Amino acid sequence: MEKLNRDQMAARVARDIPDGAYVNLGIGLPTLVANHLPKNREILLHSENGLLGMGPAPATGDEDSDLINAGKQPVTVLPGAAFFHQADSFGMMRGGHLDICVLGAFQVAVNGDLANWHTGAADAIPAVGGAMDLAIGAKQVFVMMEHLTKSGQSKIVQSCTYPLTGVACVNRIYTDLAVIDVTPQGLRVLEMVPGMSIEELNRVTGVPLLYERESDYA
Amino acid sequence: MINKIVASVEEAVAGIPDGATVMLSGFGTAGMPSELIDALIDQGAGDLTIVNNNAGNGETGLAALLKARRVRKILCSFPRQTDSHVFDALYRAGEVELELVPQGNLAERIRAAGAGIGAFFTPTGYGTQLAEGKETRLIDGRAYVLEHPIHADYALIKAERADRWGNLVYRKTARNFGPVMATAARCTVVQVHEIVELGELDPEAIITPGIFVKRVVRVPRSSTGLRAAA
Repeated sequence: MEKLNRDQMAARVARDIPDGAYVNLGIGLPTLVANHLPKNREILLHSENGLLGMGPAPATGDEDSDLINAGKQPVTVLPGAAFFHQADSFGMMRGGHLDICVLGAFQVAVNGDLANWHTGAADAIPAVGGAMDLAIGAKQVFVMMEHLTKSGQSKIVQSCTYPLTGVACVNRIYTDLAVIDVTPQGLRVLEMVPGMSIEELNRVTGVPLLYERESDYA
Repeated sequence: MINKIVASVEEAVAGIPDGATVMLSGFGTAGMPSELIDALIDQGAGDLTIVNNNAGNGETGLAALLKARRVRKILCSFPRQTDSHVFDALYRAGEVELELVPQGNLAERIRAAGAGIGAFFTPTGYGTQLAEGKETRLIDGRAYVLEHPIHADYALIKAERADRWGNLVYRKTARNFGPVMATAARCTVVQVHEIVELGELDPEAIITPGIFVKRVVRVPRSSTGLRAAA
């Protein structure tokens, strides 16, 4: 069994973003998804600081300090792009106009609770940005994260121990081991990496998982 | 005759008193009115409550205002950044108060102030630490949190171009908080790169109508011009 690397995870998420989608990619791992969006699909990227139709990073020397993304990195605009102010930008989210947002996470709970903004450590300076708006705003919230912490703990948990970003807001989880839907019946495994067994995935995840057609994974 | 143009940044920030609530436009350094903030530091007002998305970058702009110990409290969504060391040190020493607000709630609370809304229910933050103690309500099966507007005494914002009536256009993602903050303060002060004659701004393209603006000062692009983003 081989875990997906970060680019493979990004490519896997990108495959599920349909033509015509309005999408916000969160800071960190999700930004990699932009590099893997199929060229034959027209997909508009939203940057919450006020841009729809975001293009790739500019060539060195072409950076414009007035044209940045939510991670404050220089970007470009595609033909047809639009600028707007913050209240409009977050209205696009909160109002349910974005089709998909892809977020990183510390933990996702079996009911779709998301924790991704704060470790809760006493000396940490809290910073939330647009995370809570994104968590509740898009029609579909995809989480993209390593399945396990560096110390081997599952990031998919019965109940989040980190402070919540949003309640029951995650629709689908993409990890380096599996793709899992959050459903009213529980977490349903859609895919596993080649060589992964149901027994092994159950063991490392440590919360109940449902399997659509178990023969698919034999 | 209406003429909102003032001759200097000193004149632009004149009269801001100790204890004022001051909004500062900008997302990071994009759209931050650095020259107005420098003038505010020179002007001397202290004990300020600042509203901005962040809590300063490096040693300039809002970071310089913090470093000069003029800020009692800051409302923002994302204080912690790689170059927010001035804020970080003051916060850890307990010398600046922080009200952390999700970015969309920050924008909407500012918008609500400018639009005369008394309070509003938003789904953002429901069930999280940032909604603790706040009134909640179930509306059509969905849970919401009651949030109140953020009013300001002054807004210092950066735009690209203005006329003497205070009509404004912005530049790219430097627009960010400028248009909503302009509506939410009793006195909105704008620094622009260029002042044009009445009628030169296309009425279809004006983003902030001059009714929201009290003072405009031109700051040449040479000092706030295009920089490679950090």
